Order: sequence, then C-alpha cells, then structure tokens
Amino acid sequence: MNQLAEMLLKGLQETLYMTFSATAFGLAIGLPLGAVLTITSKGHALESPQLNRALGALVNLGRSFPSLILIIVLLPLSRLVVGTTLGPTAALVPLSVEMAPFIARIAENAFKEVDKGKIEAAMAMGTGPWPMITRVLVPEAMPALVRGITLILISTLGLTAIAGSIGAGGLGSLAIRYGYQRFRTDVMFATVALLIVLVTAIQVTGNQVAKHMGRRRHVYE
Amino acid sequence: MPATIPEELSAGLQPAGAIQVQAVPPAPDLPMIQARGLHKTFATPAQQVRALAGVDLEVRKGDIFGIVGFSGSGKSTLLRCINLLERPDAGTVLLAGQEATTLDRRHLGLLRRKVGMIFQHFHLFDARTVGENIAFPLEIAKAGRRHIEARVEELAALVGISDKLKAYPGQLSGGQKQRVAIARALANDPIVLLSDEATSALDPETTWSILQLLKDINRQMGLTIAFVTHELDVVRVLCNQVAVLEAGRIAERGEVGEVFRNPRSLAGVRLVEISRGFREGSLFTDGGGI
Repeated sequence: MNQLAEMLLKGLQETLYMTFSATAFGLAIGLPLGAVLTITSKGHALESPQLNRALGALVNLGRSFPSLILIIVLLPLSRLVVGTTLGPTAALVPLSVEMAPFIARIAENAFKEVDKGKIEAAMAMGTGPWPMITRVLVPEAMPALVRGITLILISTLGLTAIAGSIGAGGLGSLAIRYGYQRFRTDVMFATVALLIVLVTAIQVTGNQVAKHMGRRRHVYE
Repeated sequence: MPATIPEELSAGLQPAGAIQVQAVPPAPDLPMIQARGLHKTFATPAQQVRALAGVDLEVRKGDIFGIVGFSGSGKSTLLRCINLLERPDAGTVLLAGQEATTLDRRHLGLLRRKVGMIFQHFHLFDARTVGENIAFPLEIAKAGRRHIEARVEELAALVGISDKLKAYPGQLSGGQKQRVAIARALANDPIVLLSDEATSALDPETTWSILQLLKDINRQMGLTIAFVTHELDVVRVLCNQVAVLEAGRIAERGEVGEVFRNPRSLAGVRLVEISRGFREGSLFTDGGGI
C-alpha cells in the first residue's frame, strides 16, 4: 500500500510537471503563431495572404501526424536538446512541439472571436501589427484565451499518457506498465481516479477564472 | 518613399523625424477631404455588388458634411474609403492635400492617427476602462504618460463623462458609450472626424445630445466632420452640406437648406418626401403610403 502511494505520488508529480511545462512551452510557440495567423488574415493589421497560407499549411502539417508517431519522430530532437530520450524532461520536447500547432489554432479562434468592429476601430486609429496583438487582441480575447488554455491543459494531460507509454513516466505510464501489463487493477483504478480529479480541477479553475474576467469587465456571456 | 505631409497633418504625428515629414504650408481654403473617381465592387458568392460607381467628393475645412441615402446606396463604403478601411478599386483620396491612396502601410497608419472615426456600435474596448479607452490612440502615438493623463481628463471633461473614467464600457448606456468613443476619436487632434451612423443606435433624446456635442466640438475646434446617416432629421439639425447617394453615385449635393427645400434628384425627392411624411404622420394615418 505504501509502495503504491509512493508510486502514485511520483507519477502525479511527473504528470503535473509534464502537463504544465509542455503547455507553457507550447504556448510560447503557439500563441505568437496564432497571433500572426490572425493579423495576416484578410482585412487585418498585417494582411498578407502568402504568409497566412504558409503558416496555415505549417500548422496543418504539424497537426496531421498521429501523436505517437510525432513523439517517436521527435525523440532524436529530445536527445539533442535534453541529452536523453527517457523521463519526463525528455518528453517535454515532443510534447511541446506536438501541442504548439494545436495551441496556435485555439489562439487564432480566440483572437477571431474579438468583435471585428473593435479591430476596425483600432485600424482606423493607425494601430500597427505589434500593438494590435499586445494591446487589442490579447486583452480583448483574454476570457476566450483562458477557456482555450483550459482545453489545452487537459489535452496535454491526455498526451502525457501517450508519451508515458514510451518511457516518459507519469500517471499514464503507471496505468500502462502496472495497471495494464501487470494486471494491477488497483493501480489502474487509482491512476484513472487521479486523472479524473486533475481534469475536473483544471476545468473548474479555468471556468472560474474566465467568468471572473467577464464579471470584472461587466460583460456577461 | 518620403511622404510629404502638410503641416496641418504633421503637427501631431510622431515621431516626426523618423518618417521624413516635410511641412507644406496649408492652402487657405484647403479641402480636408477630396475623393476623385472612387469605384468599389464587392464580390459576393451570388453576384457582384457595385457599391461605388465613380464618386467625387469634396469636404471643406470646418464643414459638417452629411452623406445620406437609402440602404445599400454605398454611403458607408464611401466613408470607409476615406480612411481606406475599404480600399477603392479605382480613384484617389486626398486628406488635407496628402494623397492617402498611395501610402504604404506604415505611413497610412500615421495618417490615420489624424483621422478620427466613430461607429454605430461604438466599438469600445471591453477590457479597458473609459479612461484607458480614451488613452488608447495616445498610447498608439507613443505619447508620454503625463501627457496622456492630462489629455484623457481634458477629453473626458469635453464630452461630459469625467465621473466615469474608472468604469468599464459594459457599465455605460449607449449615449455614454458614444461620448467615450468621441473622446477617443478626438484624442490625437484629428483633422477630420468620420462618423458611420453614429446616432443610429441611440434613442431620440440621446441622439439630440450627441448632435449638440458634435456641433459644439465643430464650433469650438473648427473640426471637419463627415457624417453618414439614413436619418434625414439628423442631417437637418447637424450638417451644413449634404450629399445624396444613390446606387453608388452622388445624385445631388449642396447646402442642407437648399437640398431639403428644393431636391432635384429622384433619390433626394423620395428621401425628403418620406421624411416629411413621417413628420406629418401621414404615413401612419394613411397606411400603405409609400
């Protein structure tokens, strides 16, 4: 029993570490990508059909790979960056790269939800591409971005389980190696229960933060 | 391309050195807006819509110029072509003598800082307080913090919303929102104010107060205003010049009094008749009149 608790705690720590770090790195790549996708679209501050199409194609390419395949393909990159292909830190590289294009689309959707009239008003005031992103799109889309990041965190959490099946560690790895391969039903139940708690906690927190933002602005959705 | 921007325009443009602004002395009776031969066609999946079919327009300094017409006559497109939110297929636009249609993206941005615009649905930033909304164009023009603070208070006082600076747009009424939008549009001392149906979403009393505010601003600052609307009564109260648009062309133009008393175009006659009919109530009492 004690051993099981220890195992679960370590798995939980690894999962949280992978989920939040990979989301952070993914956001660092995906958020700017989503912003550029938005402002290069038609009628926007940096309208450029060629750049928009090129970036769109890149994002689609990234999203086309089956997760497991992309993780395997990127293992050499992990070795290059982290020095190993095993463990949670090594998994961060493929996880971040895997999540980035998805995050770019989520961010693009959030930015496109901003009322076109506000964008136009900003354009009419001579707002350039950079202030358009930092002073208009990001603050105006913030509640939608928060809801998007909630979605992303949960997707990343799911992805860590897949990475866990090929040596990344974490709860997913426990569920597969002990719960499935060694018929340890107790481990299986415990990991799944923990994952349910995690997903619920992330979702509830995200909803609350987004709602609070709307309230502060006196915008009710 | 070194842009030649008249003094009138360059006064508040920053940074002056960086964009090679060359001051040109303004002509005494300078037209603030000159549009020549504007054409614009929109392609919808079903058909080609010809919004502008060769429009010439001249708005003099200090004018409040009404642009009226029925729905789909191209009046909003015309206004949006003036600051190039809509790029015309053909034709040129000059603002205070500076050709806008040939400017690159960066210089167009600088020029737009000197052209204020207000909208039917206000388009305030929900994430910003009233004060921060008014400060936005000043931030974009890289004004200093001190200057921004002083200017925001000055503008808020001008439009009568000094007590709402910390409020969010979501807490304001329509009339208050439009006042904030006007303050925001005036922040960088524009040479022209463009108004796209700015009173069309407001009730009659609020419309009246906004019109008085615009008139005051026009008188005090000599601000040139181009005002698109479908409400003829608004033009009657506010404007000194009017152009009637029909099917993408200017059907007639002139002094407001002259056009209302003596409309010469078919569209003008119809507009004035309908407006008069409503006023006398005949359209209500007789029913099915139009």
